[in-house]
Amino acid sequence: MKVKMLSRNPDNYVRETKLDLQRVPRNYDPALHPFEVPREYIRALNATKLERVFAKPFLASLDGHRDGVNCLAKHPEKLATVLSGACDGEVRIWNLTQRNCIRTIQAHEGFVRGICTRFCGTSFFTVGDDKTVKQWKMDGPGYGDEEEPLHTILGKTFLLGSCASDRNIVLYDMRQATPLKKVILDMRTNTICWNPMEAFIFTAANEDYNLYTFDMRALDTPVMVHMDHVSAVLDVDYSPTGKEFVSASFDKSIRIFPVDKSRSREVYHTKRMQHVICVKWTSDSKYIMCGSDEMNIRLWKANASEKLGVLTSREKAAKDYNQKLKEKFQHYPHIKRIARHRHLPKSIYSQIQEQRIMKEARRRKEVNRIKHSKPGSVPLVSEKKKHVVAVVK
Amino acid sequence: METAPKPGKDVPPKKDKLQTKRKKPRRYWEEETVPTTAGASPGPPRNKKNRELRPQRPKNAYILKKSRISKKPQVPKKPREWKNPESQRGLSGAQDPFPGPAPVPVEVVQKFCRIDKSRKLPHSKAKTRSRLEVAEAKEEETSIKAARSELLLAEEPGFLEGEDGEDTAKICQADIVEAVDIASAAKHFDLNLRQFGPYRLNYSRTGRHLAFGGRRGHVAALDWVTKKLMCEINVMEAVRDIRFLHSEALLAVAQNRWLHIYDNQGIELHCIRRCDRVTRLEFLPFHFLLATASETGFLTYLDVSVGKIVAALNARAGRLDVMSQNPYNAVIHLGHSNGTVSLWSPAMKEPLAKILCHRGGVRAVAVDSTGTYMATSGLDHQLKIFDLRGTYQPLSTRTLPHGAGHPAFSQRGLLVAGMGDVVNIWAGQGKASPPSLEQPYLTHRLSGPVHGLQFCPFEDVLGVGHTGGITSMLVPGAGEPNFDGLESNPYRSRKQRQEWEVKALLEKVPAELICLDPRALAEVDVISLEQGKKEQIERLGYDPQAKAPFQPKPKQKGRSSTASLVKRKRKVMDEEHRDKVRQSLQQQHHKEAKAKPTGARPSALDRFVR
Repeated sequence: MKVKMLSRNPDNYVRETKLDLQRVPRNYDPALHPFEVPREYIRALNATKLERVFAKPFLASLDGHRDGVNCLAKHPEKLATVLSGACDGEVRIWNLTQRNCIRTIQAHEGFVRGICTRFCGTSFFTVGDDKTVKQWKMDGPGYGDEEEPLHTILGKTFLLGSCASDRNIVLYDMRQATPLKKVILDMRTNTICWNPMEAFIFTAANEDYNLYTFDMRALDTPVMVHMDHVSAVLDVDYSPTGKEFVSASFDKSIRIFPVDKSRSREVYHTKRMQHVICVKWTSDSKYIMCGSDEMNIRLWKANASEKLGVLTSREKAAKDYNQKLKEKFQHYPHIKRIARHRHLPKSIYSQIQEQRIMKEARRRKEVNRIKHSKPGSVPLVSEKKKHVVAVVK
Repeated sequence: METAPKPGKDVPPKKDKLQTKRKKPRRYWEEETVPTTAGASPGPPRNKKNRELRPQRPKNAYILKKSRISKKPQVPKKPREWKNPESQRGLSGAQDPFPGPAPVPVEVVQKFCRIDKSRKLPHSKAKTRSRLEVAEAKEEETSIKAARSELLLAEEPGFLEGEDGEDTAKICQADIVEAVDIASAAKHFDLNLRQFGPYRLNYSRTGRHLAFGGRRGHVAALDWVTKKLMCEINVMEAVRDIRFLHSEALLAVAQNRWLHIYDNQGIELHCIRRCDRVTRLEFLPFHFLLATASETGFLTYLDVSVGKIVAALNARAGRLDVMSQNPYNAVIHLGHSNGTVSLWSPAMKEPLAKILCHRGGVRAVAVDSTGTYMATSGLDHQLKIFDLRGTYQPLSTRTLPHGAGHPAFSQRGLLVAGMGDVVNIWAGQGKASPPSLEQPYLTHRLSGPVHGLQFCPFEDVLGVGHTGGITSMLVPGAGEPNFDGLESNPYRSRKQRQEWEVKALLEKVPAELICLDPRALAEVDVISLEQGKKEQIERLGYDPQAKAPFQPKPKQKGRSSTASLVKRKRKVMDEEHRDKVRQSLQQQHHKEAKAKPTGARPSALDRFVR
């Protein structure tokens, strides 16, 4: 008779001293882990709920300007430095970590229409309503008053995009100093922003409450139409990852959109924040700054429920696991409902309802026209093509 | 000096004297140089890629090989298996005789596969299909990795083999105790408790603690490994069944009138009057539900985490005496006196399924831990094993002189049943096969008729409750050798138990999700998908995913005249028509092929078959 019994040596399973870690032997056999799918579903539900619990995106409000903030610019090398220009011609340089203003310059007499920094970070240019473009040194205290005529630089090297008040977006070639292409939309575009990761994609913030992502090579149809704002979209900025962008709108909110989706994933608003004129995404893709009409610059988190600071390895592992669970179960109705839920101020909410009714009415009329006319006589135009009027080479 | 083992066959042979150029002696830190002489054998085929992946070592070698090897001085990130076998020389110059990744047994990989590749999904867009392909490839990769990690499992299961045709069923417990080590021999013990009636017993989920209750009211809980008694009380009432709740801290006792919950110190915590005259208890650990079968014919589910009765189902079959749970999908099996076994879930008022098992009444039911086999015994003296996944047909039947009572499955698939005062254990071929009822694996006679049987989880021990008390028997090969520390750890400390309890409560599965297939949540909800699509078509007035009618591309140089456009459109229409006809013919062929083998003999009525 050959016999062997299963006998475990407790020394292999129990820790030796109180200062050791506990021993946890693992066996990944699915027979020992029943109900995988329902348990993971419940974990995903919990993760989604906790994400909403910890969603506190507002960080700080920078006070100091005496008129509405008109434009923002980032320092290309220092993450914590931000420049802002106000409607009374004042330009301020802020330190985001200490949340105070480092320097104030009275740059123009009138609106500061645009600021941009040089790539080396040593100087910046401001454009004002008093028909001047001024160049300033980045580090103070004194300021120089060198005036050099320049275009407003919005795009990559060699390629320039500009939007004009006759509802078009023009792409210029810098090397040949000629316009390349022009696309005319229904309404005026307020700003365009290039995707830092995919150099031929740019997003245009339009007055007709939408944003259009265009591929430079094919301007006749936008790649995506982003619809979620209820008033004119004033500014747009891309995240350095190139996967999302943030838009500021005349309805007093900012929205974060993924590049490939037509709906926003996040909306930030505060009672105190009025019409948001300019918005920027910091270069470490973690924070969003917006300057608004009521003279404040606000700092928000890009991911509302993210824990800032250094995380321990266990925290990181738990965060990654929860992220993957939320992604895996995102389409289940209960989880989708919780993940999508956002509180909106009454004005925006009622505007959304109104615009939905209007859109629904327009669509119904369109459907009826198609149904009751000769098949093929009324062409079906996709939503994307509806907004582009013409493309001119 | 050379003590390295002989290299394999695919190494180029050592240089013979015919070759004029003498090879420089290779230092152990240098890589293998490319043999440039014509006489050298080519060796195994080397691709340029492998050469580029080799790490750059000392400066002189770098200068020599600068032209051949890529300039990137990185350590290769690819797994070692991809390296050229020739370059795998160790420090001593030895070569790996088994180059390439280690083979993994296919059954082990199959164990970890969760996607059912034979299932066809409804037609979806190209983007969805590509993502599904990526997911399938990833799953294959991870199942191979998981199969490799099986190497790390420390323990081996037990076994008992007779020599030279010796019948293992004739081996008695005393012999096994003698032949086995002291620690295992200590696991065999007898508690002689004749005074308080036949005993029923229950092991906790980790297998560390044992609770038993005698018919005359004796209730005790102890750590049976260290023989440390936790509590011993007499509840002054008949005890019909006893169960541990989610941990060893709480006990549920089905007493004569009502259901009582006790602490492991013997303190009565709750008396649940809504569950009256309970005959059997079952605890569903992942749902925190206590299922009770009563004489009044009601099956009641009590949620022990919030203390609410989730469902009270009327089984409409008279007194409920026979109950078992299916650990795989948390479905309760009830046996009735008309020979049927019904399957219940708290979400539905009607049974999920009814299986006709025996000619007489059903005496006992047990389901194995993977939910594949169900063992039932009836008043017709038969012991049957049914297949629960797929066909609900009996796989094997055995007529026994005494009817079998209190069947139970072990974690590794052994089946035990009590026939009077004798306990019989049957074993199967491997882990996946059902136990073969021809010959018992082990038998044991007790001092009185058997009233309760349960295998101890993660141990090779069977607990028997009988009229004379409790006996703990040794059954080599019964327990799962390698437990998972995060699920049930018999060696957990108090802190670990507390953490586990909190996590288990957080991921408690709601009772509505209990159904026959526990993976039903992961399936594509085809019905809702199709309904949603219908609604979308209605709302938009057209189908956005339907193929757009063919628009011929406008061409230059006169190729776009009306006649040629019409010709092109016609061509595409004819092509589609031909495809449709071909498909319908194929479907017809399939139907005929399916229809033919069923009818073996031609009958006169065939002429009426369409």
